Amino acid sequence: MILLRLALASLGNRWITVALTVFATALSVGLFLGVEKLRSGAKESFANTVSGVDLIVGARSGSVQLLLYSVFRIGNATNNITWETYQNLAAAEAVDWIVPLSLGDSHRGFRVLGTTEAYFDRYRFRGDRGLAFAEGRRFDDVFDAVLGADVAAALGYDLGAEIVVAHGIASFARHDDKPFTVVGILEKTGTPVDRTVHVSLAGIEAIHVDWQGGARMPGRSVSAAEVRTMDLTPRAVTAALIGVESKLALLRLQRAINNYPDEPLLAVLPGVALQELWGLVGVAEAALAGVSVMVVATALLGMVAMILAGLQERRREMAILRAVGAGPRTILGLLLAEAAIISTAGAALGLVVVYGGLALAQSWLDRTYGLYVPITAPGGEVFMILGAIVLAGTAIGLVPAIRAYRMSLADGMMIGN
Amino acid sequence: MADALRLDAVRFAWPGAGGFSLGVESLCVARGERVFLQGPSGSGKSTLLSLICGIVSPDAGEIAVMGEPFSTLSARRRDRLRAERMGVIFQMFNLLPYASPIENVVLPLAFAPLRARRVGRDRAGEARRLLTALGLPEAVIDARRAASLSVGQQQRVAVARALIGTPDIVVADEPTSALDGDARDAFLALLFDQVAAAGASLIMVSHDASLAQRFDRRLTLAEIASVAGSGTGTAAQIRGAA
Repeated sequence: MILLRLALASLGNRWITVALTVFATALSVGLFLGVEKLRSGAKESFANTVSGVDLIVGARSGSVQLLLYSVFRIGNATNNITWETYQNLAAAEAVDWIVPLSLGDSHRGFRVLGTTEAYFDRYRFRGDRGLAFAEGRRFDDVFDAVLGADVAAALGYDLGAEIVVAHGIASFARHDDKPFTVVGILEKTGTPVDRTVHVSLAGIEAIHVDWQGGARMPGRSVSAAEVRTMDLTPRAVTAALIGVESKLALLRLQRAINNYPDEPLLAVLPGVALQELWGLVGVAEAALAGVSVMVVATALLGMVAMILAGLQERRREMAILRAVGAGPRTILGLLLAEAAIISTAGAALGLVVVYGGLALAQSWLDRTYGLYVPITAPGGEVFMILGAIVLAGTAIGLVPAIRAYRMSLADGMMIGN
Repeated sequence: MADALRLDAVRFAWPGAGGFSLGVESLCVARGERVFLQGPSGSGKSTLLSLICGIVSPDAGEIAVMGEPFSTLSARRRDRLRAERMGVIFQMFNLLPYASPIENVVLPLAFAPLRARRVGRDRAGEARRLLTALGLPEAVIDARRAASLSVGQQQRVAVARALIGTPDIVVADEPTSALDGDARDAFLALLFDQVAAAGASLIMVSHDASLAQRFDRRLTLAEIASVAGSGTGTAAQIRGAA
């Protein structure tokens, strides 16, 4: 007890250096925890984006690529699935429901997704939450569009706004002869849905009837009114989300799709593909974690340097303690207590830093990166990390402590004379 | 009744080649006796005090405090014995600068349970009584930091610290060297009064022979100790003094 009081009083005597050291430790701890928080937030965010989907089907490519373009709107498909194949899939016995995804166009940087009404029924995120409308309704007409929350907010669209879809993701070729009308705006989900423009498959087909190979066919212009009279059955879709009747049939269905005789297809389980994705980003994650560990180590080394630098001036203090009966072990304990106090204060303040930072940055992260990091009470893992940091700080505090121990043995009470 | 302090055929050398070494054939201090040890710097004062206080252990011979052999104990037990039996007053800078005078005075009690028991529950009260008896005004006693006190005031706080819980021996190392004439006389008078009130023995080391007449006995280091080795101290001492 006396140790703790003495250590606190002695630290108080040097409060400026101590405060700076505590602050440096706190920042490093904050960075470390922040990175952890972002990591788990990103993972959770990804994992939360696909719930309730049993299989994702697309043209044969890589499973991670399929997952990324179909669910996260990252990257592009290499090929499509023909409508005939899609219909065969939909008719398969094991398939409970199927949602087509037709990708490839964009509107002012936001991806346009052609799909069916089933999308609004079947899409699930964060456990079992379904899509809800903030305003308006689902698409009905060929040229109806439903906006994700971020699209509407970023571009300032209200119901009734007319939007023109561009061909491709970054392209100057615009389907400006056939504008869409906004009929619905979805509520915020914290998923890529927020950054998507949803239209019907017929709508996608309609804007492409007079196009071929990425350009308008000269002399074959079809007006928006004319196109309504045409057969707008899609020729192909990019991917499909499938729910199965029974989980028992899942693997058999997957195998059947992967061996589909008429065209090369790929069916992936979203969970498995996510695991593969984590495997890919694991290296970067480890590097990031490594860097933040280094930063914590640097801060702790700084603390040790601070304590070591102060020892020379404090020989007096130690000689006094020795004179009143303190053993060298007490001196050792005193220095260890100092390191423990500084690390603990740093860790505690680090927790404040990370939660304060999160409170400030949460909406910005969500807005800018679609990364929703929930503010939850720190879990056992966080306290384990903090505990480990305090332990490491105390352990490394042994260096100045042992030095002080040696000095107090060599000096005895001589320093006074 | 055993002597307060007894040294017999003590030999000690600081480690390292050419280290300073000290030998004391015999030194006895009776209970309640006030002994003046005179010696110039380099005569082995610091080494002798380190031995008496149990900071270092002799290579040969025996040191006993209140009849209790001291030199053969482990370093830990010696520390404990020093805490219980002795009060130490340095030349200057006696106090933890960041602690209050009262906190400084009660500090030894944390390491000396027997002294603490003698003081009882009201440690701060006893510290205040001692400080008042040593002539320190209320405002000084209640200062937040000991560093704000004058040198003379700090030395009195050091006396109170050495005496709290009535140890058997008070060891003072040049306690007056930082004080001028009047302050020195007043300080010594107070020191004697309080040491006598506590019934403790006093061993005071100084190079100033003019102080000797007030003591029961006067010894010079040259009479009791033989020294060998280099100059004024060990490497550790020189480093410490730098």
